Amino acid sequence: MLIPCPVCGPRDIREFTYKGHASYLDRPAEDAAPEAWNEHLHLRDNPAGPTRDLWYHGGGCTAWLVVERNTATHVIAGARLTREVRDAG
Amino acid sequence: MRVDGRGRIDRTQPVEFRFDGKPVTGYRGDTIASALLAQGQVLMARSFKYHRPRGVLTAGSEEPNALMEVGTGAAMTPNVRATMQEIFPGLVAQSQNRVGPLDRDLLSVNDLLWPFLGAGFYYKTFMWPRSFWERLYEPIIRRAAGLGRLTPEASPERHEKAFAFCDLLVIGGGPAGLMAALTAAKGGADVILVEEAPEFGGRLLSDRQEVGAAGAATWVDGIIGDLQATGRVRLMPRTTVTGVYDDGSYGALERVARHVAPAPDLPPECFWRIRAKQAVLAAGAHERPIAFPMNDRPGIMLAGAVRTYLNRYGVAAGRNVTIFATNDAAHRTAIELQEAGVRIAAVIDSRREAVPQGDYRLIRGGQVIGSKGRRALREITYRTGERVDRLTTDCLAVSGGWNPALHLTCHLGARPVWDEEGKMFLPAPGAVPGLTPVGACNGAISTAACLREGVEAGKAALKALGLRAPRNVTVPEASDDPGRGQALWFVEGKGRAWLDFANDVTTKDVKLAAQEGFISVEHMKRYTTQGMAPDQGKSSNIAALAYLADTTGRGIPETGTTTYRPPFVPVTMGALGAFAEGAGFAPQRHTTSHAAATSRGAPMIEAGLWYRPSYLPRPGETTWRQACDREVAMVREAVGVVDVSTLGKIDIQGPDAGAFLDFLYTNMFSTLPIGRVRYGMMLREDGHVMDDGTTARLGEHHYVMTTTTAAAGQVMAHLDFVAQGLRPDLDVRAISVTENWAQFSVAGPEARRLLNGILDTPIDTVCFPFMACGAVTVHGVAARLFRISFSGEEAYEIAVPSRYGDALYRDLVARAETLGGGAYGMEALNVLRLEKGFITHAEIHGRVTAYDIGMQNMLSAKKDFIGKAAAARPGLLEPDRERLVGLKPVETDGVLTAGARLFSDGSAHVRETDQGYVTSVGPSPTLGHMIALGFLRHGPERLGERIVMVDHLRGLRTHCEVCAPVFFDPDGGRARG
Repeated sequence: MLIPCPVCGPRDIREFTYKGHASYLDRPAEDAAPEAWNEHLHLRDNPAGPTRDLWYHGGGCTAWLVVERNTATHVIAGARLTREVRDAG
Repeated sequence: MRVDGRGRIDRTQPVEFRFDGKPVTGYRGDTIASALLAQGQVLMARSFKYHRPRGVLTAGSEEPNALMEVGTGAAMTPNVRATMQEIFPGLVAQSQNRVGPLDRDLLSVNDLLWPFLGAGFYYKTFMWPRSFWERLYEPIIRRAAGLGRLTPEASPERHEKAFAFCDLLVIGGGPAGLMAALTAAKGGADVILVEEAPEFGGRLLSDRQEVGAAGAATWVDGIIGDLQATGRVRLMPRTTVTGVYDDGSYGALERVARHVAPAPDLPPECFWRIRAKQAVLAAGAHERPIAFPMNDRPGIMLAGAVRTYLNRYGVAAGRNVTIFATNDAAHRTAIELQEAGVRIAAVIDSRREAVPQGDYRLIRGGQVIGSKGRRALREITYRTGERVDRLTTDCLAVSGGWNPALHLTCHLGARPVWDEEGKMFLPAPGAVPGLTPVGACNGAISTAACLREGVEAGKAALKALGLRAPRNVTVPEASDDPGRGQALWFVEGKGRAWLDFANDVTTKDVKLAAQEGFISVEHMKRYTTQGMAPDQGKSSNIAALAYLADTTGRGIPETGTTTYRPPFVPVTMGALGAFAEGAGFAPQRHTTSHAAATSRGAPMIEAGLWYRPSYLPRPGETTWRQACDREVAMVREAVGVVDVSTLGKIDIQGPDAGAFLDFLYTNMFSTLPIGRVRYGMMLREDGHVMDDGTTARLGEHHYVMTTTTAAAGQVMAHLDFVAQGLRPDLDVRAISVTENWAQFSVAGPEARRLLNGILDTPIDTVCFPFMACGAVTVHGVAARLFRISFSGEEAYEIAVPSRYGDALYRDLVARAETLGGGAYGMEALNVLRLEKGFITHAEIHGRVTAYDIGMQNMLSAKKDFIGKAAAARPGLLEPDRERLVGLKPVETDGVLTAGARLFSDGSAHVRETDQGYVTSVGPSPTLGHMIALGFLRHGPERLGERIVMVDHLRGLRTHCEVCAPVFFDPDGGRARG
């Protein structure tokens, strides 16, 4: 698989490590309800189809990416820097 | 029998090799199979289950019968296909799966028991008594049924691994592949052309035919010249593409030096990972055998293979050959053999309307229904209508048509599609993105169609690559006769009819599977083991499913195929794992003091990928304990030096660096004064401890963090994630500088004195108190000094750019030795930290909280930080959790072991009464007994209690006393100096 790193271009998957769903970026407030923290920490969908998840280009530019990926076809639709995803809101 | 004037072997170069201990002479260019056939040695193997005599069936990588052990000693490789192994002087090959000589295999008694050895017989037969299965039945069955042996020794062969990149990968060097490669290369694409055989050409070298105005072989030579002239084509003969993976990744096995005598500078094989923007699959087709009764005798071969032996190797597979075919193409076998002077007994064609194409006896509408001959074919029986006749013959060339070799198109999950008109499975459209199947593997069987499709695919690839099609490529003239015929999968009759020769699966087994309810093709496969041998059923799967379809009254497309998975051909583990063994198994990281430590005879131990000295023995010390005790005492009484460069070092800079650290650590760092160091602990977001270490503030916007050796990579990724993902609002950057700085701890009462010998400006405890840090110069080199201690003694860590590490380490050790100290290693470091109750990842192993290690006071209430919310969960704050304590044996010689379990005195030593466990142990020379850290339920509330440590694995039981984790100098006066 190739991940199109916005900094480095298309790179082999072995340069990356996987973290989990992009919802890890939506960290609840310190005083959020336990249910919100439980959701954030533990509950994940297991989609057969499109998903967005976090990959770390540790073998490259050390950028964290939000990768749009299809779990059924392995097609990677695109990747953006988490920094920019956050800035875009 | 060798035929004059035929074949591509070099008759000026005889090659002698050994088969089953006897010398055999062939010619350069021969395979083991062709050389043996040339000698009239038809018997080459014994079958898997029934130990029936077997000869060669094919001339390619799909060979199910002629598997051999090749090589000697530990370098022997089992299950090598005799059809693929080229001979060279000194080659040693042995037949396998036999007891006694090949022609009198004692286990051929199995063949007499065949009525009892059907599919799954062992599930039904060896049921009782139950315990006999493992001890008796299975070892006997494994001995009797099987393939080649493994050598118990590690293979001395050293293979290679390599990567390649191209615009277009062409898989298969037959007519379609050659034209695709030529078209694409002329259009400006960088091409890799992969061919399994030693020579390019495919069937063009196996059949006598014409391409353009010339003979096919001459045309191939011309095309290879044209390809080389483009300068854009990498030709890879003896290479098989074994797997297709995502995004244009292909695995390929190159037999680099399997065809020559082993040499130290030649890897036998190389496993390639090829990344291609486009690919063309021109893998050709596999000829179908026909499942007629007793169709497995040596001398019964595929018709296409008979032509291959004639035209590539100049070998006639028999002297009096019969052909049994369903199609026109196989008739060429008779014509070509006659031209070579071989007698044709008859051509038996299953079609009533078959037309003779030459001067031979044609039996129309005939079917072979039996064969005779003990170790080689002697006679066949055939049926025409109601009439049954016999025919004396020593070779039967069989052709049931062709199966497109579409296996690679299924590796990403696609299923092949049944073509009713062609009676064959074809690749599903778009099965592999970017890969175009052409030629015979796409159902285009005639040479003309192959050439045409090759050109078209080359042009299509160029278009996809954004390149223009060349004008100077034309499709040469060739035969457009596909040689089609009818589909005939099996012939009913008395006796066993083999489908899968390699695993001894017959039509009877498939019928039995269907009768017992295994009507799904996947179930039938697993019940009968059809297609599960090294050949993966290349010549038998389609026939087996056709037979299953017939037995169950379904059509072939409804029955469906099994899944084709990588690898397409067997790949040795050695090639897949090239370099990943011994020292190459993982990268090795060496510190700058590595050479100095090993030169002192230090045994090195692994710490992650790093290698660190375990201890540094002195003359007269014979055990690690002696060295460790001395090194500990040295640090406590004088001074010790240890390389701590393996700890992660992260440089953090920016106006928001303080706020960033406040968010990462549980405690405050924005308030840390410049020139000071603080101990910090960080949690995972789930509230458990991730790592700990010290962070120094070097400037207003500049910090240097240290992590543990074990978690350095994880913490760096974590910092990057927090900076980029959670807090992009903070203006801060962090980068690993672990390898940029060599850092040494100088610890002990004489530490300051030692340092003042090398610092350009001396320090004292007033200007450089405990937990101070700052810039210094040593021998004129800018360095950093941190007054931190992992031993409990007055200690300093001095960091210099890595290029000075070796010199500084040697200097520090030499000066320490003049002060009564010296270098120390990991064993002493561990004892020193245990005496002080300092934790490592043995304690913060991922399941402990700040509360568990008694550091709940470090969780700041003034700010948010990673893990804060989750750490406050009630379950993580219960007093009955397993919490950190120290342990010492009641008897001074009591032995403590890491991993042992803890129990209350008087309770049973079982899981239900378990109270905790030991994490770290060490012999303390300072205290005169072993000490340990561990986790115990209600731990800190039980100080002074006597408990029992039980090591069930080592059979140890030690009474010990629960104590505070700090064994030595609890108020820390020594470190503060």
